[in-house]
Amino acid sequence: MRGRTHPVEAVAAWLLALIWLAPLAYAFWSALHPAAYATSFSLSAPWTLENFARAWRQAPFARYYLNTVVLVTLILVGQLILSTLAAYAFARFKFRGSGIAFALVLLQLMIMPDVLIVENYRAIAKLGLLDTIPAIALPYLASAFGIFLLRQTFKGVPQELVEAARVEGAGPLGILWRVYVPLARPTYVAFGLVSVSYHWNNFLWPLIVTNSVEARPLTVGLAVFGAPETGVDWSVITAATVMTMAPLLIAFLLFQRQFVQSFMRAGIR
Amino acid sequence: MSDATASSLIVPRRAGSQAWWNAVNAWLLLLPGAVLLIAFTHFPILATIRHSLFITRRNGTEAFVGLDSYRSMAADPIFWKALVNNFWFALGTIPTSIALALVMAVWVNRNIRGRGFLRLAYFTPTVLPMIAVANIWLFFYTPDYGLLDQLRGLFGLAGWNWLGDPSTVMGCLIVMVIWKEAGFFMIFYLAALQQLSPDLDEAASIEGASRWYTFRRVTFPLLMPTTLFVAINAVINSFKLVDHLVIMTKGGPNNASTLLLYYIYEVAFTFQDSSYAATLTVVLLMLLSAIALIKFGYLDRRIHYQ
Repeated sequence: MRGRTHPVEAVAAWLLALIWLAPLAYAFWSALHPAAYATSFSLSAPWTLENFARAWRQAPFARYYLNTVVLVTLILVGQLILSTLAAYAFARFKFRGSGIAFALVLLQLMIMPDVLIVENYRAIAKLGLLDTIPAIALPYLASAFGIFLLRQTFKGVPQELVEAARVEGAGPLGILWRVYVPLARPTYVAFGLVSVSYHWNNFLWPLIVTNSVEARPLTVGLAVFGAPETGVDWSVITAATVMTMAPLLIAFLLFQRQFVQSFMRAGIR
Repeated sequence: MSDATASSLIVPRRAGSQAWWNAVNAWLLLLPGAVLLIAFTHFPILATIRHSLFITRRNGTEAFVGLDSYRSMAADPIFWKALVNNFWFALGTIPTSIALALVMAVWVNRNIRGRGFLRLAYFTPTVLPMIAVANIWLFFYTPDYGLLDQLRGLFGLAGWNWLGDPSTVMGCLIVMVIWKEAGFFMIFYLAALQQLSPDLDEAASIEGASRWYTFRRVTFPLLMPTTLFVAINAVINSFKLVDHLVIMTKGGPNNASTLLLYYIYEVAFTFQDSSYAATLTVVLLMLLSAIALIKFGYLDRRIHYQ
């Protein structure tokens, strides 16, 4: 732990923290009080859950939750399997063209599917998948970031353990499953948290490929719900907003150490 | 993985053909990921370039038009507006959020009271969906009724249409994005600070250097690789981030808040002009490639130093 802090700095740090929390605090205030108190902050304002009940009645949020959970799970499972296999190939096998293949993978770190919306929409339309949850997931299943992160981890696996497993008669897939995967657990947790939060929050691509309640994730549902034309008041919109953020926010508060560490681990490439 | 793939992986090693087997195994392991990467990254990049050279006629057939779309793009004031906006958006958000991130990281790396809470407070906006953030901030900026105007009202000032005025809309979005992103960049600085040796600080204080001097001459230069890394990621982000425009401004008023990716989205899905959207996408791809070249040039040097 480095240096004590000057009192002035401590005050500044706290002030900044309060400013940083204020928008969120406001969202909770507005969601938990009657519409009349949305902008007047009085300690005597009555608390209510009515805004949540109204939001829940006015839009199929249960369906949106289900869609988002299915989507995030589908993407995570797909990414974990595909990244593990590819990372294993890059970390453990010497083969011609591996350098070029790896460079072609890394290209996706710069040019993510988010910027290729026009052509990807064309592809999804040709596959006849428009307005389905797999359509939202498909462009993200092969994750350059996941492949890179796991390759780095796999490269650090001690060769003695691999040899020991081979002596016991394990083939390449056996070695992957019994040696590499268990040792890479912290990386899997880190990647999982980053991926889940990214896709829980993702908006533009799901907005483009979905247009019905059956496929819409929470973010798109919230955008449709909050559109000014719908005429719902701020308290109900903030309630819906809080509902959209809540699962991730709760997970973050419970596992903040892991979250912060996973973002750190994920960031240092 | 299919049965065929699995069985090829358990074929025993044969003398002399190990290299060949290695290659077969490796490519089979790569196959599922490669198919999807090619389908949704490499092929779309090439298809975008191709489509930018064609137009789709009313009857659905394609006609080669060469660089015509690029010429009309060069004459399209909205394209230039989006590009300039993107520049101001990047310039407005990146230096400020990086500076704030650095200050935050230095604070929460110290033995400060309530350190856990401060980290939590700074980092929380990062995990929120941009679309939810836009909803909350939209209310702050609402004329008359919104929080900002209520504060103005306390000082007897009249309401202001913050997002409806071309001169204030970009500033409003920049402030919001700084709030959203600073905590994210803080994490990278925090990681970097924790890797610096405490001896450096001690040595500096024994030498009698002031804290500010130590930071300026020792800590900050050592953090330079992190600053470059964060800056490059921030630039890439500034081209990708458009969620809030859908909720808050739709690029308006009078295109004052249009960014390049949002314009692409609008051209492709509102105006249904996918050829022109492809042309615009090529520009975005070129910008991202230029950033990639800088990044790998810089990363190579960094690896060289270690």
